[in-house]
Amino acid sequence: MNIHEYQAKTLFEQYGVPVPKGTAATTPGECIAALAQLPEGPTMVKAQIHAGGRGKGTFTDGFKGGVKYCKTKAEALEIAGKMLGNTLVTLQTGPAGRKVQTVYFTGASAIKKEYYLAILLDRTTSHPVIVASTEGGVEIEKVAHATPEKIHKVFVDPACGLADFQVRELIFKLGLTGAEAKNAAKLIRNLYTCYWDTDAAMVEINPLITTPAGEVLALDAKVSFDDNALFRHPEIVALRDLNEEDPKEIEASKHALNYIALDGNIACLVNGAGLAMSTMDIIKHFGGTPANFLDVGGGATREQVVAAFKIILGDANVKGILVNIFGGIMDCNVIAQGIVEAVKEVGLKLPLVVRLEGNNAVAGKATLAASGLALVSGDTMADAARKIVKLVA
Amino acid sequence: MSILITPTTKILIQGITGEFGARHTRLSLDYGTQVVAGVTPGKGGQFFEHGAHKVPIYNSVADAAKATGATVSAIFVPPPFAADAILECADAGLDLAVAITEGIPIKDMVRVKRVMQGKKTRLVGPNCPGMVCPGPGKDSQGGCRIGIAPGYINKQGHVGVVSRSGTLTYEAVFQLTSLGIGQSTTVGIGGDPVNGTSHLDVIKLFNADPDTHGIILIGEIGGNAEVEAARWIKANCKKPVAGFIAGATAPAGRRMGHAGAIVGGTEDTAAAKIAVFKECGIEVAITPSDMADALLRAAKARGVTLS
Repeated sequence: MNIHEYQAKTLFEQYGVPVPKGTAATTPGECIAALAQLPEGPTMVKAQIHAGGRGKGTFTDGFKGGVKYCKTKAEALEIAGKMLGNTLVTLQTGPAGRKVQTVYFTGASAIKKEYYLAILLDRTTSHPVIVASTEGGVEIEKVAHATPEKIHKVFVDPACGLADFQVRELIFKLGLTGAEAKNAAKLIRNLYTCYWDTDAAMVEINPLITTPAGEVLALDAKVSFDDNALFRHPEIVALRDLNEEDPKEIEASKHALNYIALDGNIACLVNGAGLAMSTMDIIKHFGGTPANFLDVGGGATREQVVAAFKIILGDANVKGILVNIFGGIMDCNVIAQGIVEAVKEVGLKLPLVVRLEGNNAVAGKATLAASGLALVSGDTMADAARKIVKLVA
Repeated sequence: MSILITPTTKILIQGITGEFGARHTRLSLDYGTQVVAGVTPGKGGQFFEHGAHKVPIYNSVADAAKATGATVSAIFVPPPFAADAILECADAGLDLAVAITEGIPIKDMVRVKRVMQGKKTRLVGPNCPGMVCPGPGKDSQGGCRIGIAPGYINKQGHVGVVSRSGTLTYEAVFQLTSLGIGQSTTVGIGGDPVNGTSHLDVIKLFNADPDTHGIILIGEIGGNAEVEAARWIKANCKKPVAGFIAGATAPAGRRMGHAGAIVGGTEDTAAAKIAVFKECGIEVAITPSDMADALLRAAKARGVTLS
């Protein structure tokens, strides 16, 4: 689960990670009140959407930049008015962009130098890793590629947590001394506690800055959480912003379906994540484009199959559907009956190819054949994929 | 022969009285698996009954292992309590804990993995279909089925299958069996980013098993476990290996069902992993329908008989 920058910064403050003072607003009225809490002078206005690349983004009405420096609060108010309700397109949003429903104002900080700091899971060691660099404010992937020696990592042993010598190692590698070193050490320790206590998947500060006064501040904040751990963090769940999620994905999660919208035109309905991914792949392999990832799980019910069909058909781009079920324990005939009922209920007009294999598949195929529905049967995944691609072409 | 388990391995089920655990215990008993004990704290002394089977239930893994000689546990405990269930297996000194549970917090697994370092107990999973060692009977009955995989699609034989995904494993096994090619052992290592046994661990075991003649390695986007296994295969494995990677069309940064199936950079994409497979002499299945055929091609090239 992702949260907004302003929410992440509130969380940081709770854990003692310093951030520039800021306030969020969702209406022009709130903007006036929010700005009143900040001192007069240079102010930043930041569009709050979950996607990155905001600064270089463009709004659909042509207005440029989702992160703006303003000389005065009056200017900030004017800029915020242009962002609110407007749709921001960045490299990460896709061409449709995201509607900006919240803006965040902060005082513009005097920057001495920019750094990078993040904590995430290292899958190779199964340990949390702290990643730091003297090259902040730029894409860290590019730094890692061009100058890998400028990326510093320490791996935290979960048995004892972050050790002081590891914090010192990072401070030295970043070349910090004096008050900056002391402040940065405290910030790193507190950020680690924040990461660990909240079951975060990743906390990232880019840039982390030093100021001429010796302060160390998180100028930006990106935090995501482990979905598996949300059951024990109601305070984090409360930060979820449904405006940032695809309505089809929200609807799917209500039915315990795992759905991710893509931009192709062949919808797929599959049991199992691995099989669902490779069904998308095989559609592509035969020249089609998948419209979604959809895993109905190992024990799908008739109701889930009906819900899945409705969600799939809610995507106007869909021109055909491929159902790929490998019934291990699941009875293929139950699935077949679910498909027949779903198709009748939603009044399907698009081509549908069904591949059923596994437990009671013969009876399942017979159910489909006897239904009188205009669906096409596929013998193998390859056969089914070829057929749906041809039907949609 | 087989790896890690045999048809005579005695297993216990943690969470045997839960709906999910009970259902799969019945299927394992029907398959002929030696399910000798169940563990549900507070229900010790009761029995799990299914047909002619009467499986004793214990309050703890240690009690169950001591009383019945079970050496392997299948864990069907809900996510908030699953990490504890795994630790209990390690404490009881079992040979193997197979965690089926999906949705265990990553932090819990980071801790569990650290605690299990140097311990006798091997962990397979979590978020996995489990393992199957097919038996000699009709539809491979009489085998050892630990977890949730369908038993009937298997056939006793000489191919080892290792995978992060359940249904893709079934797909591969079904293709093999349809061609008359049996399996020595099938291992689902699970789709989570932190798991007990890796692709490489299983590949090493298959390589050392004289009864395994060929291997199918099924992976996904995310992480570098498949790459690590492939490089070891290139240097050490003489057996034919076929590989498949799911997720070529998955968008970067999105979690594709499995918590571990997420592209984080340029190294863990399907294309990058497939390139490493090719470089390491692994026969790549072009589509998931091609997994068994890919292994046949690899076996033919090396003059190896699979059946």
